[in-house]
Amino acid sequence: MSLLKQPKEKKIPSEDIIVLDNVSKSYATGAPALNGVSLTVKQGEFVFIVGDSGSGKSTLIKLLLRELLPTSGELYVNGQSLVDLKRRNVPKYRRNLGVVFQDFRLLKDRNVYENVAFAQRIIQVPNREIRKNVPSILSVVGLAGKYKAKPRQLSGGEQQRVALARALINRPPILLCDEPTGNLDPKNSWEIMKLLEQINKKGTTVLVVTHNREIVNEMQKRVITMKKGIIVSDEEKGGYIDED
Amino acid sequence: MRISTFFYTLKQGIINIFRNKWFSLASVATISACLLLFGLFYSIVVNFNNIVKTAEQGVSVTVFFEDNLSEAKIQEIGKLIEKRAEVAKVVYVSAEEAWETFRMEYFGEEYSDGFTENPLENSSNYEIYLSDVALQGSLVTYLESVEGVRQVNRSEVTASTLSGMNVLIVYVSVGIIGILLAVSIFLISNTVMIGIQVRKEEINIMKYIGATDFFVRSPFVIEGIIIGAIGAAIPLGLIYVVYNTVVEFVGERFTMLNTLLNFLPVQEIFNTLVPVSFGLGIGIGFLGSVMTVRKHLKV
Repeated sequence: MSLLKQPKEKKIPSEDIIVLDNVSKSYATGAPALNGVSLTVKQGEFVFIVGDSGSGKSTLIKLLLRELLPTSGELYVNGQSLVDLKRRNVPKYRRNLGVVFQDFRLLKDRNVYENVAFAQRIIQVPNREIRKNVPSILSVVGLAGKYKAKPRQLSGGEQQRVALARALINRPPILLCDEPTGNLDPKNSWEIMKLLEQINKKGTTVLVVTHNREIVNEMQKRVITMKKGIIVSDEEKGGYIDED
Repeated sequence: MRISTFFYTLKQGIINIFRNKWFSLASVATISACLLLFGLFYSIVVNFNNIVKTAEQGVSVTVFFEDNLSEAKIQEIGKLIEKRAEVAKVVYVSAEEAWETFRMEYFGEEYSDGFTENPLENSSNYEIYLSDVALQGSLVTYLESVEGVRQVNRSEVTASTLSGMNVLIVYVSVGIIGILLAVSIFLISNTVMIGIQVRKEEINIMKYIGATDFFVRSPFVIEGIIIGAIGAAIPLGLIYVVYNTVVEFVGERFTMLNTLLNFLPVQEIFNTLVPVSFGLGIGIGFLGSVMTVRKHLKV
């Protein structure tokens, strides 16, 4: 038996793509945004994260994006510890995540094609491949004919599809969606959710933070409910839990 | 970096200039204004320095020798003077040359023929030109102590005026350059602040998608360099035109000043001004863009 102390290394089961182990996050002022949260998400799962404002959902997304570091606890994505991840490696890590935001976050002065192609340009995909990949992903989200349009010329639903195409073009294993239907009408919301479901069926792990009760109840997926920085329920095929 | 990525970055840098045309215009105007002031001031200072230098070169000390001092002794004194650090050039003027110059200057050819002997027989002298007019005092003290020297003529007033002017030029230069620098920093930091607001969202999006700092920064840096280069080229063009016009105007209207105001050719000024202006313009553009982006890279 070796007398030397071995560094502690957590074994992550290979099917667990996201692991939070007793994660807390406190800001300089106020109560902790996350308080000892532990959860695992398996590869290929579709998970809703619900909860009221201040429940810790946004902090969770920011931690997964490695925009923030936890105050304590461990956080693994794809077997990679985000606590140990060096700043210079953050861009490379983020390329394994597709991200969709409530406000779409498209580059306003570039057309649909350039917005989607941008995700490939940053990983230095050759132009000839970009020319093949962008139309292909745009047809998946139903925007093949609008590749020349600027974001302001599109409806909210269409802008979110562009954001989705940009998130998916590099085939990330995980798709993080922060209130993807928050700015959309019910019809567009359902269309986006159907797209997410299709993407999930092809093997992508999808994590959706939402307030949309109807969609959560209807889709019958795993639902994690948060309140004041802790997980109050985690149900397979769950529904939206009312506050009261 | 792939060639396609390089060209993409270059293209984005150029497109950025047109996308944010008001911001680009404000940046170019700021850099141009600073460099125009700098260039004009530089042209004035260099010319003023040149005028003072030309005047300085004309300042000389004249040394006369005791009567009947041998030619050999005079030459020996000449060699001693040449070795002095204060001395730029020594010209020997024989008694004959001195008389020749004097009579041509004051009598003219016909009236001076009446003189059969050289009235300036003991007037052979050394005209000594100084390396620095400020050193005239110490040279005169030395010359007066040399054996065989009868008289030393100095031009004290001119020398002290010129050395005073030189000191003044240095003080004024430092003062104005300091003010220009402060104004430039204020204007540029304001322009950069506007740039930060314009770019904040764009940089955030790029970082969320997984762009490296280098990839995000590069188009902005290229944009900054181009803006800086244009900002340098405009005042250089203006100064070229204005300078030539002023020189021509002064030359035509104030002919009596022509001997005093000896303007340098524009090419000579541009030998220094072009690389310095482009260096400053591109440097300011580069630093401005790096500073703009840096604040928002930590996403």
